[in-house]
Amino acid sequence: MDTTITENAVAVRNVYKNYGDVEALRDLSLDFPKGQLTSLLGPSGCGKTTLLKIIAGLLPADSGEVLVNGKPVTGPGPDRAFVFQDFALMPWASTIRNVAFGLELRGVAKSEREAVAEKYIAAVGLTGFENSYPHELSGGMRQRVGLARALSVNAEVLLMDEPFSAVDEQTRRKFQEDLLGLVQNENKTFLFVTHSIEEAVYVSNQVAILLPRPSRVSEIIRPRGFRNKDVDSIRRDPEYLDLVDKIWASLKSYVE
Amino acid sequence: MKIFGYQLPNMSSLILWGLLWEFVGQIELTFFLPPLSAIFATLWEIGGTPAFLKALRETAQAFAIGTTSAIVIGVPVGILMGKNRLIDELLLPWVNIFLSAPLTALVPVLMVLFGFGLKAIVITTALFAVWIIVLNTRAGVMQINRSLIEMARSFGASPFDAFTKIYFWAALPEILGGVRIGFIRGVKGVIIGQLLISIVGFGALFELYASNFLMKHFWAVLLVLFALSFLIAEFLAWLERKVEYYAASRN
Amino acid sequence: MFARHRAVILKLCSALLVFGAWEIAGRIPVSFAFPTFIESLAAFWALIVDGTMFTAYVETLRPLVVGVLISAFLGIGIGLWTGLSRAFDWLVSPIFVVMQTAPLAALIPLLVMVYGIGLTSKVFVVCIMAMPVIVLNTAGAVRNTPAALIEMGNAFLGTRRDIILKIILPSASPIIFAGLRLGVSAGFIGAILAELKITPTGVGDIISYSRSIADYPSMYAAIASIIVLAVLFLNLLERLEGFLFMGTRKTLVSD
Ligand SMILES: Nc1ncnc2c1ncn2[C@@H]1O[C@H](COP(=O)(O)OP(=O)(O)O)[C@@H](O)[C@H]1O
Ligand SMILES: [Mg+2]
Repeated sequence: MDTTITENAVAVRNVYKNYGDVEALRDLSLDFPKGQLTSLLGPSGCGKTTLLKIIAGLLPADSGEVLVNGKPVTGPGPDRAFVFQDFALMPWASTIRNVAFGLELRGVAKSEREAVAEKYIAAVGLTGFENSYPHELSGGMRQRVGLARALSVNAEVLLMDEPFSAVDEQTRRKFQEDLLGLVQNENKTFLFVTHSIEEAVYVSNQVAILLPRPSRVSEIIRPRGFRNKDVDSIRRDPEYLDLVDKIWASLKSYVE
Repeated sequence: MKIFGYQLPNMSSLILWGLLWEFVGQIELTFFLPPLSAIFATLWEIGGTPAFLKALRETAQAFAIGTTSAIVIGVPVGILMGKNRLIDELLLPWVNIFLSAPLTALVPVLMVLFGFGLKAIVITTALFAVWIIVLNTRAGVMQINRSLIEMARSFGASPFDAFTKIYFWAALPEILGGVRIGFIRGVKGVIIGQLLISIVGFGALFELYASNFLMKHFWAVLLVLFALSFLIAEFLAWLERKVEYYAASRN
Repeated sequence: MFARHRAVILKLCSALLVFGAWEIAGRIPVSFAFPTFIESLAAFWALIVDGTMFTAYVETLRPLVVGVLISAFLGIGIGLWTGLSRAFDWLVSPIFVVMQTAPLAALIPLLVMVYGIGLTSKVFVVCIMAMPVIVLNTAGAVRNTPAALIEMGNAFLGTRRDIILKIILPSASPIIFAGLRLGVSAGFIGAILAELKITPTGVGDIISYSRSIADYPSMYAAIASIIVLAVLFLNLLERLEGFLFMGTRKTLVSD
């Protein structure tokens, strides 16, 4: 894959962000190539969520700018959809209403939005649970609802904030495999936050390593050899193992 | 409790207490406690009388107006306090004061300000009910999951949509909890108001029965009152349980 | 500067706003029976200086203290037993649940018939108001002792007595205490209601008397004083509670 000719779906330029006295992001710049999955990898509290929310338009940057398809971000927009770490499902709404909620807010007619929602509920494997409520679903299923909701608004950019951190290990692996499928089949750009080195290397086209506050990009790593391999053999690939080791070696010194 | 493997229903012990009451009444232990059956018979007699119906109507009216105003004022104020820090800091001390203050002491003031009638009783009821509704609504709004709000914003929700589709529903369990306690307090307020003003509703009736030592009549009215307040509380608790699942599932 | 003292400044502003509104409303005046804030304050001062207030409170607090003490002993006792024994729970809980929601004030005329207009009736009023919330909270707290803690006690071969004294009681005490506080709050309502309804004594007497001679500033002063006293005392209890049981989470049966 030649990255020099891929365009960027999202470009972050010299972004600064402070919370009071806490300097969260300092002069952070980073490009996210179209159609690829980029991970933001770094220890807890280093500003990953902050960066993602700035890109989503949920938080203003103190200075610098974020471009989505060349246009500066001023607030939330239909070109981006967010997947939340804690799912952010409405407990009083059924699966189908939750999935269709993005479309509901855009004023899409009920029958139409439910048809779209049905399709994505099926795509994430939740057929039969349309009328269940979040408290009747397991953690993994809830995040599938969150994912279906983000997919159903058909945004070009998916912003995923540690989407798998609240689900158990087996479900998580299944999710990671499914995510690889999504990246291949849906022509979307994924921004994926994680603090797991293995997860980042496993799913990413590029991994941006963020250092502790004030956060900046220390390194960008692009797995190459195993990206087109079968999902089952990635974890045995020497390049995968080397990258995991290498990233750990460079992050180790920051763990207290 | 279980007896011979059979689960006795909740509250079923009240039947036992009722039987005990009947027994104590039948052996005429004290003049002040007539047999339960005699009380029910009296209730049957006075139940349809104009005096009783008038008292019931006056009480229901005062209670309905009082608690409705408490909700209409309390819920929006609570939402405002939950969303705006300045308003919250200005109002919260007073809400807390009136929440724990013995509001009974205010009834004499209400009597001289608003007269010896419905108005004073309505205001007493509302005063008893409103503070807990404000406080619970505020708590409900403040505990709303941040990411639900961000979720709505990220899909471009208008402030109106955010309010009607997220804030209200997310705070609903707490609001209902506040309304339930507010109603229980309101029942107490309406009776305390009537007792102190004592020329309206059941207050007047109590005065009449007590001064004529009509014990059966007195107890009959008491039982009706207790039963009604219990039913109101149970109904609201049932409503609250219906939305409970999502109060539990959000953490 | 502002940021640091924000809470205090805002509280002062808030008090100023309310008292200012009271003063203005009194000056218009909104009603012949609505004295200004300053008049009421002056009347309050006068009542304190001539000792009326002091003697009145001795009178008012007597049934309150006696009633609350009785309710605390009986209430916690019944509550503990209710929480520990299923049979007893089945038997007595419904009574207190009904009492909790019922407008017990309606019993006052009856109490007067039975016990006359003396101290006994007033103590009774305080008791019926304060007891249900104490019983229900104590029972709930005992019943909700974390099962894991009791299992732990059993696993380490604790006797029933050990488990009650060393696990259930300590784990229930924050809520028992909070229930007591709510009981005191209800007791205040009872004490004042008794003085206003049964016979005017103490603060209730100042309120009734000054109303009858249209001395509204004194009436407002007396009412405000009992409210302030109750709120301050309950606040103190709440702080004590926060201090004694730091870091314990609790869900209360409120009133
Ligand atoms: N609303 C906020 N107010 C103050 N500090 C914040 C706020 N949100 C985040 N922070 C701080 O900013 C830093 C970065 O937070 P975050 O972006 O959530 O990190 P991450 O997602 O990488 O764990 C953390 O130290 C956090 O404490
Ligand atoms: Mg984060």
